[in-house]
Amino acid sequence: MFTFTLRRLLLAIPTLLFISLIIFLLLDFAPGDPTAQLPLTIPPEVKAKIRESLGLGEPIHIRYLLWLKQFAVAEPLHAFDATFGTHFGEGMQRVISWQTRSPVGDIIAQRMPQTLWVVGLSYVLGTLIALPIGVLSAYRQYSWFDQLGTFVSMVGYSVPTFFTGVLLIVIFAVNLGWFPSIYDTTHVVSDWDSFVFQVRQMVMPVAVLALYNAAQISRFMRASMLDNLGQDYVRTARAKGMSEKVVVLVHVLRNSMIPVVTVIALGVPTIFGGAIITEQVFKVNGLGQLLITAIYANDIPMVQTLTFIFAILIVLFNLIADVLYGILDPRIRYD
Amino acid sequence: MTDTAPLKEEAYRPPRSQWWDVWDQFSTHRGALIGTIVFLTIVFAVLIGPYLWTIEPTFIDIRARNQSPSFAHPLGTDQLGRDMLARMMAGGKVSIAVGFTAMLLSLLLGTLIGVLAGYFRRLDGPLMRLTDLFLALPLLPLLLVMVMLFRETLSARFGPETGVFILIVVAIGITSWMQTARIVRGDVLALKEREFVLAARSIGTPSRRMITRHVLPNVLSPVMVSATLGIANAIITESALSFLGLGFPPDFPTWGRLLFDAVDYLQQYPERVLWPGLAISFTVLSVNYMGDGLRDALDPRIRGR
Repeated sequence: MFTFTLRRLLLAIPTLLFISLIIFLLLDFAPGDPTAQLPLTIPPEVKAKIRESLGLGEPIHIRYLLWLKQFAVAEPLHAFDATFGTHFGEGMQRVISWQTRSPVGDIIAQRMPQTLWVVGLSYVLGTLIALPIGVLSAYRQYSWFDQLGTFVSMVGYSVPTFFTGVLLIVIFAVNLGWFPSIYDTTHVVSDWDSFVFQVRQMVMPVAVLALYNAAQISRFMRASMLDNLGQDYVRTARAKGMSEKVVVLVHVLRNSMIPVVTVIALGVPTIFGGAIITEQVFKVNGLGQLLITAIYANDIPMVQTLTFIFAILIVLFNLIADVLYGILDPRIRYD
Repeated sequence: MTDTAPLKEEAYRPPRSQWWDVWDQFSTHRGALIGTIVFLTIVFAVLIGPYLWTIEPTFIDIRARNQSPSFAHPLGTDQLGRDMLARMMAGGKVSIAVGFTAMLLSLLLGTLIGVLAGYFRRLDGPLMRLTDLFLALPLLPLLLVMVMLFRETLSARFGPETGVFILIVVAIGITSWMQTARIVRGDVLALKEREFVLAARSIGTPSRRMITRHVLPNVLSPVMVSATLGIANAIITESALSFLGLGFPPDFPTWGRLLFDAVDYLQQYPERVLWPGLAISFTVLSVNYMGDGLRDALDPRIRGR
């Protein structure tokens, strides 16, 4: 198992390098000049200087390697310095955003908490809702609860989040006026009232994403439970005289959790990527919104870095899912 | 399995193609049947509707702007006085066209790569690594980047509408073929071990005909299921891109674009958000139900139960 994990970790490095190359080339070959928006009165030699100061003068392979070095060495060192007060990364060039002229890493660190709070919470909530629904609707297959559960999960799965979000705003923010429609990220929780306000503004975005995540996970949970409920070991457990509760909640549930846990792990990176739309609907200024504004502003270093971070997360959680599968199911040890 | 009496009776029935069995199973799935009806209704409404409701979707009647639903304008009008019903139909045409073409493209790519990887052992490794690589890409961010970067060039070459159409279809197509490729590869690998393939090979069938005559018809059912799911996925992705303002140009309605435009008037005219949102949701929901029913109907383990 350990060698397998190690091998997968080593294999992840070329994959990530390749992905970074794809992202870099895609952005680089694209038409669109960051200096195109500058006024025409700027003389061409000054314009050339500006291009050079943005790091566009060098040939492409040097720029790629430089960006890689900045991203993989300089940024982690600076993050380390900031947390522990050391000075390893001093004097190293960081990835600089073209919009704000400040390091990309700092901006991402500022935006991260909003995304993690809203989107992470909704994922946890969605999972917590989905698991009991999946278990119950599989146990009582074709009952009214199952019919309702599958219908709701089908709806939650099919209706795009940008419509559910807008719908919730129309109902609860415009008509009823219960919740604010715009998420205020400058809000600081200091006492009970401000905490209540924070909860109120988080209700709608969290509900939208939780519904979407719960719909997907409960479908998997139900299918996996149904697969296991028909197995022979369930009959054996019942024949031994175990109570129904033990049979379902200990024997069947534990076995059917195996694929579901990996699905949950695989879904974590979509927290960051897939929430782009929801963040846009509720004006949460998290990572997704940062990406959108960077794309609009032609801020290539920011887009590159963010996209690559999303890619790293996907590769990492694929790896975690694989390893988890091996740990949970001894039949699939890859030795 | 143990009682043979009904089996014997069945043996005397005239032979029927397996598609009739599939249809029988499909028609017992109530959700799938309703889904098919709803989807066909939407498609027909969008295709035939413009001939019956002849107001131009781009006709601006500034004096009749922001009207609520009435006989003259059943779904009301927008901020420039354009008829919402006509715009909904025009938008639906584009959305469904994007859905179909992008699905066809991704299906073509997925089946091609899946069959090649499954059939030719030498290509299996590289092609599957490519698939894994694509699965590890952050798709929505890349889609946004692609649309943003290549929109201008393609618009300049093919005109604003066709250019964006090509761009979005290609972008969705090349980012959604991976699941199909994996499923098809798995099925082809299993098919290759079957006797009829061995028989065909032993009489000297060349690879090309092997694939077109023996392999492709047998992987049709998983491909059909991923086709339905592909339409749903493509429609959602297109609307999401339009909703983020990175889709079709403003005067060119699609359902996602209509929703995006209506969000600005959310406070005053909330019903305007409802129509495109409901249209997208109903289309995707019905297509997903169709896919569910089709998967059950094409699964021989479930069929006949």
